[in-house]
Amino acid sequence: MSAESPSVRTYTLVFVALLVLAALTTGIAYVDLGPLNTVLALAIAVIKMSLVGLFFMHLWYSRGLTRIVVLAGFFWLALLVSFTLADVFSRSWIKPPGP
Amino acid sequence: MSESAASNPLATPSARHLRPALHHQFEELEQQYDASSFGMWVFLATEMLFFGGLFTAYIMYRSLYYSGFAAGSHGLEGDFGAAMTFILLASSFTMAMSVHAAREGKRTMLVILLLLTILLGIAFLGIKFTEYSHKWHEQMVPGLNFHPSLEELRGAPGNAVELFLCFYFFMTGLHALHMIIGIGLLSVMAILAWRGKITRENYDRIEVSGLYWHFVDIVWIYLFPLLYLIGGRYK
Repeated sequence: MSAESPSVRTYTLVFVALLVLAALTTGIAYVDLGPLNTVLALAIAVIKMSLVGLFFMHLWYSRGLTRIVVLAGFFWLALLVSFTLADVFSRSWIKPPGP
Repeated sequence: MSESAASNPLATPSARHLRPALHHQFEELEQQYDASSFGMWVFLATEMLFFGGLFTAYIMYRSLYYSGFAAGSHGLEGDFGAAMTFILLASSFTMAMSVHAAREGKRTMLVILLLLTILLGIAFLGIKFTEYSHKWHEQMVPGLNFHPSLEELRGAPGNAVELFLCFYFFMTGLHALHMIIGIGLLSVMAILAWRGKITRENYDRIEVSGLYWHFVDIVWIYLFPLLYLIGGRYK
């Protein structure tokens, strides 16, 4: 019913890309790269999420209203994470009063 | 009477008779389809925050008790995690192909693909269950059966490892619950498709079930590196 939708070829290519990325993230975990391990694992997760969202969930083809809902979800998630972490990690900046 | 009937588009014998899939509150099928997927996306936005709370707490405690989280992560079976990741990605692919088959009106193909998706989901839960039972035998279940050996703690404080395992069981448990709900949803869809109730005009229910399934896959895409991989498997 929507004007555009992905072809079987697109779905297959996205699936192959997801498998390659999953193999890559598993492989990288066995190599010591220091702090880069965490960064790469999360970067690959973000790429995989984008592929699933854009093509399997059709966000690439969907209307602006749907995209606004997704962005709103991410916005509130960002507030949740950033405000919580800002609280926890800044607690040691101020010494509690008293003896 | 005939005048008011003419001015009211809902009362006129329009194309509605030719489109039994169109519900009365919608003007056209495309609008109905957009409303369905919009509703599911709003629900998924709330699910993002539902899981987001756990992810936030995970990030916080991981930075506070890093050694315990690294030891706990190292104690998980990485092969199981990787296998579950591949299985879930494959199920997302068959789900996407189900939506495609429904859109094309291919009934048999739709039923087969939905059943494949369900089977992959059950395989995922089977591995998850095996993993849980291994944890039980290792006596690494917080609260119920937690008596880890010194080797399993890898020099980290026991309560920090226990905290990691709390997150492990809560997050994967909540994810598994979503998988069970998804399998139930897809079973209903498979029965509807088998009975020929899914047509090219009302395949939006397959699309919406697919959105839910893909969301659960995305949650696992984050759970896999956060629980299984970040903890230094190379050590």
